[in-house]
Amino acid sequence: MAEKKEVNEMVEIRTADDMPPMPASMGSMRMNKTASWRSIRPVILVEKCKSCMICWKFCPEPAIFPKNPPEIDYDFCKGCGICIEECPFDAIISEKEGK
Amino acid sequence: MNKETKPQDKKIKLTIPEEEIMSPGHLACQGCGASLAMRYTLKGLGRKTIISLPACCWAVIDGPFPYSAAGVPVHQSAFETAAATTSGVSHALSQLGKEDVTALAWAGDGGTFDIGIQALSGAAERNDNIVYIVYDNEAYMNTGIQRSSATPHGAWTTTTPVKHYKKGRKKNIMEIMVAHHIPYCATANIAYPEDYIKKIQKAKGIKGTKFFHLYAPCPSGWKYTPEITIKIARLATETNVFPIYEVIDGVYKINKKIKNPKPVTEYLKLQGRFGHLPDEEIAFIQEEVDKNWNRLKKLEEVFGE
Amino acid sequence: MKKILTGNFAAAYGAAAAKVNVVAAYPITPQTTIVEIMSEIVADGLLNADFVKVESEHSALAACIGAQATGARTFTATSAQGLALMHELIHWAARGRLPIVLANVNRAMAPGWSIWADVTDAVSQRDTGWMQMYCENNQEVFDTILMAYKISEHEEVLLPTMLSLDAFFLSHTSQVVDIYDEKTIDSFLPPYHSKIKLDVNDPRAFGGLTSPDHYYEFSYKIQLAQQKAKEIIKLVGKEFGQIFGREYGLTEAYRCEDAEFVLVDYGTIAGTCKDAVDRMRDNGIPVGALKIRYLRPFPEEEIKQVLQNVKKVGVIDRAISYGHLGPFFSEVKSVMYGSDIPMYGFIAGLGGRDVSIMDIESMVSYMQKNEPEDLIWIGVKK
Repeated sequence: MAEKKEVNEMVEIRTADDMPPMPASMGSMRMNKTASWRSIRPVILVEKCKSCMICWKFCPEPAIFPKNPPEIDYDFCKGCGICIEECPFDAIISEKEGK
Repeated sequence: MNKETKPQDKKIKLTIPEEEIMSPGHLACQGCGASLAMRYTLKGLGRKTIISLPACCWAVIDGPFPYSAAGVPVHQSAFETAAATTSGVSHALSQLGKEDVTALAWAGDGGTFDIGIQALSGAAERNDNIVYIVYDNEAYMNTGIQRSSATPHGAWTTTTPVKHYKKGRKKNIMEIMVAHHIPYCATANIAYPEDYIKKIQKAKGIKGTKFFHLYAPCPSGWKYTPEITIKIARLATETNVFPIYEVIDGVYKINKKIKNPKPVTEYLKLQGRFGHLPDEEIAFIQEEVDKNWNRLKKLEEVFGE
Repeated sequence: MKKILTGNFAAAYGAAAAKVNVVAAYPITPQTTIVEIMSEIVADGLLNADFVKVESEHSALAACIGAQATGARTFTATSAQGLALMHELIHWAARGRLPIVLANVNRAMAPGWSIWADVTDAVSQRDTGWMQMYCENNQEVFDTILMAYKISEHEEVLLPTMLSLDAFFLSHTSQVVDIYDEKTIDSFLPPYHSKIKLDVNDPRAFGGLTSPDHYYEFSYKIQLAQQKAKEIIKLVGKEFGQIFGREYGLTEAYRCEDAEFVLVDYGTIAGTCKDAVDRMRDNGIPVGALKIRYLRPFPEEEIKQVLQNVKKVGVIDRAISYGHLGPFFSEVKSVMYGSDIPMYGFIAGLGGRDVSIMDIESMVSYMQKNEPEDLIWIGVKK
């Protein structure tokens, strides 16, 4: 009853006994893959990327892994386009989602 | 370039802490300034933080029961109560010997400038040991873009429609907080996360009430496309609409002195909420921006280090 | 140890004896001396607590909610307008399952300004999920605060308690109060430990958006807790009797076993009724008094048990639910549905008007001579 779930797990509530006495969370929003929100997707052009990490810095989700070069986390990217706009090297382009 | 030394072999340099405490999957709009605001705040304060969250966008962004995105304990509370609830949290932490945990009040402009101002004033007057951050998107955004006393002159909102756009200047919350004699007040902008996180970490080490006025543009409410959120935030400071400064024990210190401030139209023209403004109003806004900036410079002159 | 204390002193001493961690309160007549004494007790180092001098009652309860959710034992006190100002958060404390204890000095609601006894303020909060009870004397005030923490903090209850003491009749009147000794109190009431709280080692969000899929069950759980509380209140009251020599229940029946008439009462009127009952008994009238301590949870079984064999029942209310009946009267009457025992609803003492032994005798006399009526205004000038 009311035990915390592993990150990424859905919380199953069947009866009142599965709930804590008050509305207290039992899981993480990581189970909510916001990929479906996208209508465009950012694509990093590795040859142009200088790994400055500005895209990672300004991602609101965050949905960019701080790797070398950075990688978009397409499970969560909402397609806001901030990374595309802020990249100083024009190394991120916008593609229509579902192409 | 030598085949063995690709750019990918270089070590990446991060200008802000790497660890992510807030998780993705939350319900913020695409390009939400408030989302970045929380992400930076938690990077600055760390996991030993308890957030008191009144009604505001973040009350929904964090996710519905039984989930949460914040990654730290969150206590949702009634609209007016951010500062009062957080005071309670900080006193409990002190009584329970957990003084290394930060009690954070996280409220929008509605819950700070308007309905929450009494509780904020009370907590500040008592100098309760809390960090209070208002993420300012300049209207009641969670309930659908109604005006607040943080809405700037000239803006459209649903309660200040184009025929009755907001006439009246934005409340100067920094001056109000400085008047409470608290040890630390600062403005910050999501366009300058290094500056913000540095100030957050400084505030964490101060005992008493620490106040941040954090600028967080809102694509849905300001009527612009989400990819220019950072651009607009940056323009706010580059035009002197939102100067970045601190007041530490009453001493003014401007953190970013813009050498050649851009004209305010560059900031206004990107936002649909200002699209209806006639030239006289834009001129008035420019006048007010210049007046406020000169006043701030004078304050730094007279009350600086 | 016996002392001469006003009701307000008894409340403050009770909270101090309960070793509360955080007190947040705002002054309002006639609660002010509670706040003043708590400040002194904390300043003198007799109580190791943080006293937050908030800027309004709304903030007082908000601060208690924040502190309690973090794992501290909290206390607040208020009256009438202050309690009304807290109302939004009264719901919050109960639905948040936070075992806060609040001492309310029953005072009439304005306008016109009144600082005198009336229970409308507390009765207006009865639907919120708080447990609420009414004190007859200052000893009961002190004892109830100690018991309230134990009952509220019980893991199958986890609901806040509001105890009421009448303005001036208790708050400012000195009576003998036994405040026992620290060691015995500590053995009865250990420190507060909550399983789910704001804890950086177990980060959770409290109070988030709850859809109709779950809200309904949370409400169901609150009702289950109130029902469980009936049992816990009696258990704790019995334990208190064993340790301190005074046993308490949900109700208290006084000379009802062979009574033909029973007066149902609460608050200070209950004390006056006991004296009136003795006097009437001396004059051969077989009358008894049933004091209702707890309005929530409502003691259905106890009330039915006492009233089932009685000839006539009179309920004395120090409030009225405008447009309907005295609140206790309508609740007792609904519990007695199905019985044909005549019931009389007396309204008395609103706005602090004195309810004397003679007034109570006149109620019984009315019951003897008249058909039952739902609304009988004692002493109204008309």
